[in-house]
Amino acid sequence: MLDVLNISMPMLFGQLTLGLINGAFYALLSLGLAVIFGLLNVVNFVHGTQYMLGALFAWMLLHYLGIPYWGALLLAPVGVGLVGAVIEVTLLRRLYSVDHLYGMLLTFGLVLIIEGFFRWLYGASGMPYSNPLPGGTNLGFMFAPNYRLWVVVFSVAVCFGVWYLIERTKLGSYLRAAIERPDLVQAFGINVPRMITLTYAFGAALAGLAGVLAAPIYQVNPLMGSNLIIVVFAVVVIGGMGSIMGAIVTGFGLGIIEGLTKMIYSEASNTIIFVIMAIVLLIKPAGLFGSQK
Amino acid sequence: MKRTDINTAGGSPAQGPGRFNSSTILYLVLLALALVAPAVLYPIFLVKVLCVALFALAFNLLIGYGGLLSFGHAMFFGGASYITGHAMLVWGWPTELGILVGVVFSTLLGVVAGLIAIRRQGIYFAMVTLALAQMVYFIFLQMPFTGGEDGIQNVPRRAVFGFIDIANDTTLYYVVLTIFVFGFLFIYRTIHSPFGQVLKAIRENEDRATSLGYHTTRFKLLAFVLSAGLAGLAGATKVVVFQIATLTDVTWQMSGEVVLMTLVGGLGTVFGPVVGAAIIITMQDYLATFGEWVLVIQGVTFVIMVSLFRRGVVGEIAALINRVR
Repeated sequence: MLDVLNISMPMLFGQLTLGLINGAFYALLSLGLAVIFGLLNVVNFVHGTQYMLGALFAWMLLHYLGIPYWGALLLAPVGVGLVGAVIEVTLLRRLYSVDHLYGMLLTFGLVLIIEGFFRWLYGASGMPYSNPLPGGTNLGFMFAPNYRLWVVVFSVAVCFGVWYLIERTKLGSYLRAAIERPDLVQAFGINVPRMITLTYAFGAALAGLAGVLAAPIYQVNPLMGSNLIIVVFAVVVIGGMGSIMGAIVTGFGLGIIEGLTKMIYSEASNTIIFVIMAIVLLIKPAGLFGSQK
Repeated sequence: MKRTDINTAGGSPAQGPGRFNSSTILYLVLLALALVAPAVLYPIFLVKVLCVALFALAFNLLIGYGGLLSFGHAMFFGGASYITGHAMLVWGWPTELGILVGVVFSTLLGVVAGLIAIRRQGIYFAMVTLALAQMVYFIFLQMPFTGGEDGIQNVPRRAVFGFIDIANDTTLYYVVLTIFVFGFLFIYRTIHSPFGQVLKAIRENEDRATSLGYHTTRFKLLAFVLSAGLAGLAGATKVVVFQIATLTDVTWQMSGEVVLMTLVGGLGTVFGPVVGAAIIITMQDYLATFGEWVLVIQGVTFVIMVSLFRRGVVGEIAALINRVR
């Protein structure tokens, strides 16, 4: 079958790896988006920008302070998380009592501010970030660049770590309880406002982590997040925001589908996820893993 | 969590039957001002404001009266401008038919997008429209007739109905003003009709409207299609004025801009979108030299409006008048 489509095996696996990597970014971002939406009822439009900030912080750490990739992998997400905490405490907090749409509009405004500022500072063209793991490994069936292997393995680990944290630990059970009944959880003596701040910061840090992982693959560009976030919105609509595992599976699955589309009919690779979203909405409006509220 | 607040601005007393006369006078004064405006202000600037204001009015019909936040209205605005531009430049169609085909296109696109988007509510609706608009953006980017990054340029300004010469900027202004007034009256009629009342009922409480026997999805779809068609009218008019259709008009930034204008003017107020459009276009004109800072300033405006003045300029003024009275 592959011969008919004129596709070579190395190319197939190459696109599959890239699809997995994109899928990992979709998964990481939609995870954070889902957790933030669950607890704060805010569609975090600035999520893509927080991904961009992760990549940009990594670049700045290397460029100005000489801190290499491995340091940035820890420091940049922490930085993005701090920025997120400040946003939550100073701005988002005021909007919980009004229509959810205002949260989306506010974070949209933040996208314009942050992107505009960094475009002014660094321009719209990409800045290269050197590959921390050059070379490749022969896996027998394909020759895989080391860095891409690392991203796939690491992001899968992070995704399942987050799943475990939320679904299997005491901390996660508080979080899930607060999503259902914040007033009751507060009554049991848990500081819900602080939990909200930390959750938002955590979601932002996850986006920032994806950004650091992306920096050596794609160039660091102030605009890299805004197009991604729209795709992630579509991923979230497809998967439904109800389940953590659903977000992970949907993210990786769509990344792979997108990668395969790039190979079979590249003109459609930009639109395939949106087309899938439209079909899913027509067949199962609540999303694959969602429940209609 | 309550679903109101976004709508409170719509409840100004000016809409009640008792206040009908004074609001009619207000509109006539505004119309008179619009008629003499080209004597004072640059006509092309005014035309731009009118086109964008019509776009914002179309958007407001959906959010202000239907409670549906579309984050993808650029697909109708920019989509219609591509179709109109192509029809006039390549097919050599006259202006009025060119605009018509643009509106027909955006209306049909509204039917398709609406059928998909209204299957989800609230915040999901916004995400779905945004994603659909992004799909339309990529389609236009890849279709050969749109000219990719260059867009469709040098669209001719043909005389309307064969005898109204719109090569003259002042004449053009009055033609666009006519289109605008038509659009405004159409929306005014729609929101004050029984249909508009049902729409407001759905916005306030969809479940109750359903239990009263209304097919809420049909109402929402019709509102969406009307809004799409009017946004298309604005986009088609814009291509006639500026003789160019570009990718800018189908981007998510454009979708965001119309949200901003309506928010600044006042979500759900009859005249807010026009005020908002005037403010934002003026701002863009004065700030054009600042480059990237325009985005930052727009973002700051968003944050300030959402945090402090959710009712927008017109809504805040209406609230102030209310309080004084």
